[in-house]
Formats: sequence, structure tokens, C-alpha cells
Amino acid sequence: MLEEKASSTPKPREITTRPRVSDKIFRAVIFTGALSSLVILAAIAIFLGARGFEILAREGLSFITGYEWYSSINADGTSGDDPSVYGIGAMLIGTIVIAFIAIAIGVPISIAAALYLNFYAPNIIRGFLVGVIDLMAAFPSILFGLWGFNILMPSGEYWAKLLHKYLGWIPLFDVSTPFFSRSPFIAGLVLSIMIIPIVTSIAREVFSQTPLDRIQAAYALGATKWTMIRAVVLPFGYSGVVGGAMLGLGRAMGETVAVFTVLNIVFQANFQILLGAGGNVASMIILKFGEASAEEIKALMAAGLMLFLLTLIVNMLADLLVSRTVKQGR
Amino acid sequence: MTDNVKPSSLASVAAGNANRAPGKNALGTGLEARKVHAWFGKNHVLSDISLDFAAGTVTALIGPSGCGKSTFIRTLNRMHEFIPTAAMAGEVLLDGKDIYAPGIDVTKIRLKIGMVFQKPNPFPSMTIGENVLSGLRLAQLKRSDKDQLMEECLVRAGLWNEVKDRLDAHGGSLSGGQQQRLCIARSLAVNPQVLLMDEPCSALDPGSTLRIEETIRELSETMTIIIVTHNMQQAARISDYTAFFLADGHPGVMVETGPTSEIFSNPKDKRTENYVTGRFG
Amino acid sequence: MSTNTIATPKPKKPWRPTPKALIPTYLGILATILGTWILIEFTGLAGKLGAFASAVFLTTLISSLIAGLQRGKQAAKNAAVAAIITSGALVAVFPVVSILGTVIARGVKGIYLGFFTTDMGLASVNDPLNVGGILHAIVGTALMIVIATLVSVPLGISTAIYLTEIKGPGTRLIRFLIQAMSGVPSIVAGLFIYSALISGSGRGFNGLFGAFALAILMLPTVARTAEEVLLLIAQDLREAGLALGATQWRTVAMVVVPAAKSGLITAVILGVARIAGETAPLLFTTGGGDVTNLNPVDGVMGSIPFAIWKALISGSEESNARAWASILVLLVLVMVLFFSARRLGKVRR
Repeated sequence: MLEEKASSTPKPREITTRPRVSDKIFRAVIFTGALSSLVILAAIAIFLGARGFEILAREGLSFITGYEWYSSINADGTSGDDPSVYGIGAMLIGTIVIAFIAIAIGVPISIAAALYLNFYAPNIIRGFLVGVIDLMAAFPSILFGLWGFNILMPSGEYWAKLLHKYLGWIPLFDVSTPFFSRSPFIAGLVLSIMIIPIVTSIAREVFSQTPLDRIQAAYALGATKWTMIRAVVLPFGYSGVVGGAMLGLGRAMGETVAVFTVLNIVFQANFQILLGAGGNVASMIILKFGEASAEEIKALMAAGLMLFLLTLIVNMLADLLVSRTVKQGR
Repeated sequence: MTDNVKPSSLASVAAGNANRAPGKNALGTGLEARKVHAWFGKNHVLSDISLDFAAGTVTALIGPSGCGKSTFIRTLNRMHEFIPTAAMAGEVLLDGKDIYAPGIDVTKIRLKIGMVFQKPNPFPSMTIGENVLSGLRLAQLKRSDKDQLMEECLVRAGLWNEVKDRLDAHGGSLSGGQQQRLCIARSLAVNPQVLLMDEPCSALDPGSTLRIEETIRELSETMTIIIVTHNMQQAARISDYTAFFLADGHPGVMVETGPTSEIFSNPKDKRTENYVTGRFG
Repeated sequence: MSTNTIATPKPKKPWRPTPKALIPTYLGILATILGTWILIEFTGLAGKLGAFASAVFLTTLISSLIAGLQRGKQAAKNAAVAAIITSGALVAVFPVVSILGTVIARGVKGIYLGFFTTDMGLASVNDPLNVGGILHAIVGTALMIVIATLVSVPLGISTAIYLTEIKGPGTRLIRFLIQAMSGVPSIVAGLFIYSALISGSGRGFNGLFGAFALAILMLPTVARTAEEVLLLIAQDLREAGLALGATQWRTVAMVVVPAAKSGLITAVILGVARIAGETAPLLFTTGGGDVTNLNPVDGVMGSIPFAIWKALISGSEESNARAWASILVLLVLVMVLFFSARRLGKVRR
């Protein structure tokens, strides 16, 4: 070999260990268990894809862009005259509209709450409030649905009327008929409350990673609490908070029961958010599932696949943003 | 580092600046601590410190780790109170007025008494130029001659020549020593009367340390400087006065204070002598 | 020490406002309350929103006015922001108060002893409240939680051990996937089980399938919490085990896992809390029976969330009251789980 005479620096030795049999078994078992997430996520995509393939292949792109959902086959197997059409465009738009209403309302509140908990709250109150917000994260969604329908909706309707009265000239707040109950706005309102715990806890964690020396440097330069937050905390936490908001967005897009409870589900793309008609993919699946024919069920599986992929992408992006900020602080 | 230094050499270093007159252009009339005590919770960490910092002088606070030097310096611009369990007693007078008096606006106090920290901590989201002027933004002060001020501060901090072509670069792109001088420039922009420095060179290499020491000497013409340091040579080189702190199982106390040349050549207290001659600490 | 006679003064916190300095604050609070009352009484503002909005507005205005008069413009801005941020925190917490209040007030009306000992098998939705109960739902929820736990806990804890102890190939990918999995909508878990195990197979709904769907949702919660817990175990402890000549398997089983025991139990409890109230996946998998069914592999199985769902859909007054009573039971269950997890978590630190 050439190297042998050329260099006097020794090559690093390779250290090999031969694990004991017990360790080999242990590692194999644990590794198998650890693969479960990969297996399950892949299985979800494969099974929903396989069941929905027929519909996806037939409808093509219009499954996503089409506004019409019509099944000509009845549950009893009899067939109608017109051919079936499956398009979830209207519901996808509804999903996005409602989720954005939720983060538009929920995220500012969550940021305020996180700033309060980190920088304003006295110690005793902080512990208590953190507990309350964590508890809220454990509330099941049907609880929010029931509460939203019975308690929040009357107020929400009143607020919607106020919005319409004073801001009705903006197309978003206009309504074609004065029907304010069970609107996307109210669904978004309920969802905004449901995402407050997760967005708050992520924003709180991100803000708490702000390096102390930067905070002190700002104070030593005569900063007030607010100018310190604006110059140090918000730039540091920015991408983490955006990630937290996206996690909230993912939650809001996938939420089913709470939306179904408060929303008047109508199969149309509705940009008049105060008008009591709308829908999202998840609540549509629940609505159609009960009386669906075999063919329509396949279409619903395809819709479920779309929802899965949409939330997966949003969540992955969110996770990247959050972990980047949290690491940067360490 | 200080262990092998013979006292005579430190004394001769200190003697070099024995006759320096206090900076005549210094703002204000200095800072005065009167019977300052400090606690963390029940733990009494600092007892009965009275020290007078005349305008335009450099005072070094020396002593072994954990003797309360840093706590003391943080009581001088009210950074002490950020620790939730902290408490204090006594008075700190700036231009004759107690900075802890009720109704005092603490942000204005910190504008007059600047601080440089142990680790350089420029704001990473801001450029070099923005960092220098960040104090104006944080305290919401209006200045029309921002560019001129930026240059002046960087010149005074001895950094101008190194960064004048890249003021739009981020502060993190500088070396450690440059970052620390950037932090000094940042403190200068709000025109403080007093500058507190908490071991400003402990994270830096010897070359950078020397540059900062030069900067400190130049700054002492126009302001009062109080510096905590573990490096006794540094104290001997740059300070006019030295105060020796010691904790020794009890709350930290100030054992001795006086002109630097005397502390290093002719300490009155045995413990000071032991410390400056490197017998402990 | 030079003199031992110095009397140590009392520790003080001079940065805390003195009672005298607080007088303007109290006056400000008084002015805010008065002002809010005047605004509601004499202007068009009405309702809770009006009251809250005017209180926030006046608090912001008055507190910044006081700070501004005392300490100038920037203090005024600072005080205004503080008022707004505090109001935001109040808004975030308000729903919890409202939810707890409503559920308790409405829920207790439907609760009687038989509510826990009878099922809806012979009762109809319109029957009065003292007929029928949710025994079937409690049994179903309990069974499905047990099965879901048995499935997801070994997988979740294995994942956590892989991520913290073995750190083999794919560690980063698996951590990423677990994170992504925690965002999978619950309805997708239900649809997946339906498409994989029920649809076209001739098998009907049953509790086992429901439990599988729940296990998918529980797995990421268990894995992530367990990973955090294992990361808290000091590295020395592992090295001490290995340095004693133990194999990795024995170190993990006898040193690491026992040290993290209460934390791992917390992870399981949090996982159970996550799935206890899940509704959507059960709609596609369990069928939601009204009769108490102890066999998870045969026949439809009820559950508390499904019972609430059914009562809600049927819409009669009695069933509505039953829905509130059932949700009170669910809420109590979730809160018990939540507080025991917190308690265990605290002991650990």
C-alpha cells in the first residue's frame, strides 16, 4: 500500500463491539416497536389510497377542484339517472377558510397569553394559569362542540351581526341573506378557542428560551418591558410562534366533531363567513358516511386521504419551524 | 493566572497609573453606595458595602468567586431585582439622589448607568449598526444625527476601523472581542454617566482583552467606570481605585478599598495581602 | 471582620411599589369600573362583550394615562401594552371557566344513581331522566381504553427508548414522524381502521376496532412524553450501569426505566386523557350500541363520547339533558386523569 510508507500518522483504529445476544434481541425488539409510527403512517396512506383509488382515478384533478358532490347510487343499491360526481373543492376551501378564521382569532390571544405568562404574571398566578390552559388542552372536542353550540353560539351570532352592521361593506363580512346562525365564523370561533392551549404552550416554550443575557442587555440599555419584548423576545421567537400557529392550523383543519356540531353544513364554497352555511372536509365525511353507498364510501376514503396529507404537510412544516427556534435558544 | 504573579510586579504596574487625574469631562458627580446589603431569599449575600465612585475614575472590584462582587455591581443599576427572590437594603446615590427611592423611573436610571456583561451579547436579529443604536430604539429616544452618533460610539469603543465597511452585517459575524466592543459601543450610544462592567474580558483571549483595556482607559476620560474582574493584573493596569471583597462563609463584605497602587503595594489588611500576593483565591 | 457590631438591616424590596405609590393605581381601577358602568349605561354598548370591551379599553387608557403622567410617553406605551396583553390572557382563560360552570350546572340535573347502573337498552331518547343511564358507555369506554393502552404503551415506550437509549439509525426520522403523527386528525384514524379492517371484509363494528383507532391517537402522546421523561434521567446513571458491566438491556430495564417510573406512568395517563373523550374515530369503528356489551370482538359497543353524540343528534330535551350529564362524567374522568398526571409529574422533579 502506498500510504504505509508515506505517512507516519497512524490511521484511527476502528473500534468494534460485538453486542451480547441479549442486547441484540433487546435492540431488535425496541427497534421494531419504534418503527410503529412509520408503519402506521404508511398504512394510513396506503389503505385510504387503495380504497379511494377508483374514485381518484376517475375524477382526476377535479376531485380536488370540483365543487359538486353527487352520488347517483343510493344506499340500497338502486341507481339514479345522472352519473355520480365527486369533488371536494368546496369543502377544502371551507376547511381552509374556517381554519384561518380560527388562527386569526386564536393566535393573537395565544401570543398575548404566552407573553403574559412569561413576562407579566406574578409567580402564583403563572402556575395556576399554566395549569388551567394545560387542562383546556385535555378537554375533548365534543365538549367544545356542545359548549360552543349552547353557550358560545348565541354570543357569536350577536358579534357576527355587529361585524356585519359595521363592516358589512367588506365582501368577507357581507351576507346574501340575514342568517347568522351556525356560520363558518362561529365554527372558526369555537376552533380558535380549541387551539389556544396548544399555540399558547408552544409560544410560551419558545419565548422562555429567549437567552437571558439578551433580555438583561436590553433592560440595561433602559428598555421598558414592552420595548424589550419587541426588540428581543419577538424577533427570537418569531419562527417558533409561526410554527405554533401552523400546528394550530393543522388541528383546526382536522377537527371534526366540534365543527359538525356548530356548523350548518351546506355543500358550497362560501366566502361570506358570517352566513350560516359552509362545511369542511372532516365534517362532510361524518355527514355523508351514515347513508353512503359503497361507491360513495370510496369517495369519502379519498377525501380522508386528502385531509390526512394536508394536515401532515402542515404539521411537518410547523414542527420544523418550532424545533429550529427551540434549538437555537439552547 | 494570577497565582504566580509576584506582588512587587503588580505593585509596579499599579504604580504606573497612580497619578492619573480623574477624567475632567466626566458626566455627573459619580455614584455612591451607602450601606448596601443584598439577599437572595433568606440568604444574606452582601453586607454593608459603602463605596464612593468619584466621577471620571475607574474602580476595580476584586475578590474570589462568590464574594458578591457581581451582585453588588448589579445593585448599582437595579439589575439585582430581576431575580424574583432578591432583596436589598441601603441606598445607591446617583448625583446625590437615591436610585431606589419610590417614584424613580428605573428605565431612566439604567440609561444613566450602563452595563457591559460577562459574555458578549449583541442582539442577533440586528445588524452591527442597529446594535449600536439599539439603546435609542429600546428607550425610544429621538436623535436626528444617528449616523454621526453611530460612528462616534464605534470610534470610542475602538471598533470603527474594523467594522466601518460592514455596518449592515449581523453582530454575530464578529469575533468575541469585537462583539464585546460592540456591546460597549451599544452602551455608549445612550450616553451614560456611569458604565458598569461585569468581568467584561473573562470570555476573551489576551489580545482582545488588551484592546478592551485600552478602550476602558480612554472611556474613563468621559465617564465613571466600575469593573468587576478576576484578573488582578487587569485591575492593576486599568483602575484608579480597587475594592477587595471577601465572603468566607459569611455574607460578602468589603475588606479594604483604596487607591489601586496602595492596595497592591501596601495593603492594610492581612487578607487583602494574602489575596493580591496569590496566597489564596 | 472589622466590626461585629453592625446591626444587619431588614431585607427590603424597594422596587415594589409602596402603598402610597399605589394610590393612583387604585384610583385608576375605580375610574375604570365607574367608566365601564357609565359606558354600558349611557351608550349603545350592551352585553358581556360590550362590558368586557369597554373595561379593556378604559383599563388601557387609564393605566397608560397614569403611567404617562408619572413617567412620560414611553411608560404610557408600556402600560398600555401591559393592559392589552393581560386582557388577552384573560380571554384565553375565560372559556375554561365558562365550560366548567356550564357543564357542572347543566350536568348535575341529569345525574341520579341509576345513571351509572343502567344502560339505554330499554330506554328511549324521550324517556324521562330517571330512566336509563350510561353503564354501557362507561363499560365500553373503560374496555376500549384498556385495549388501546395495551397496544399503544409498549409501542410508545419502545419508541421513546429507541430515541433516547439506542439512538440507532433513523432516530431523527422517527422523532419527526412521531411528531407528525400527533397531528393526525382523529377522524383519519377512524377512517383508516374502517378502510383497513371493516370496509368490504364482512366484519361489523366492534369495540376492538375502536380501541385500535384510539391506540393510533394515543401512541404519539405516550411516545413524546416518555421521551421527555427519559431524557431527564441523568447520563451518569446509565454510565454507572454500563460501567458495572451490565448489558444495555439490563441497564435500561433495571436502572433507567425504574428511575423514570413515575414519569412513564404520567405518559400513560396523559395518553389515556388524550383518547378518553375522542368521538370521531369511534363513529367509524364501534357502531355505538345502547346495550352493555362486555365482548370487544363481537357486536357494537357504546362509549361515553358516542352516547353524548347520539343524545346530541336526537335533539329531544331529555336527551340533551342526558348529553350534559354524560359530558359531566367525561369531564370528571378527564380532570381526574389530568390532575393525577400533574401530581405524579411534580413528585418526579
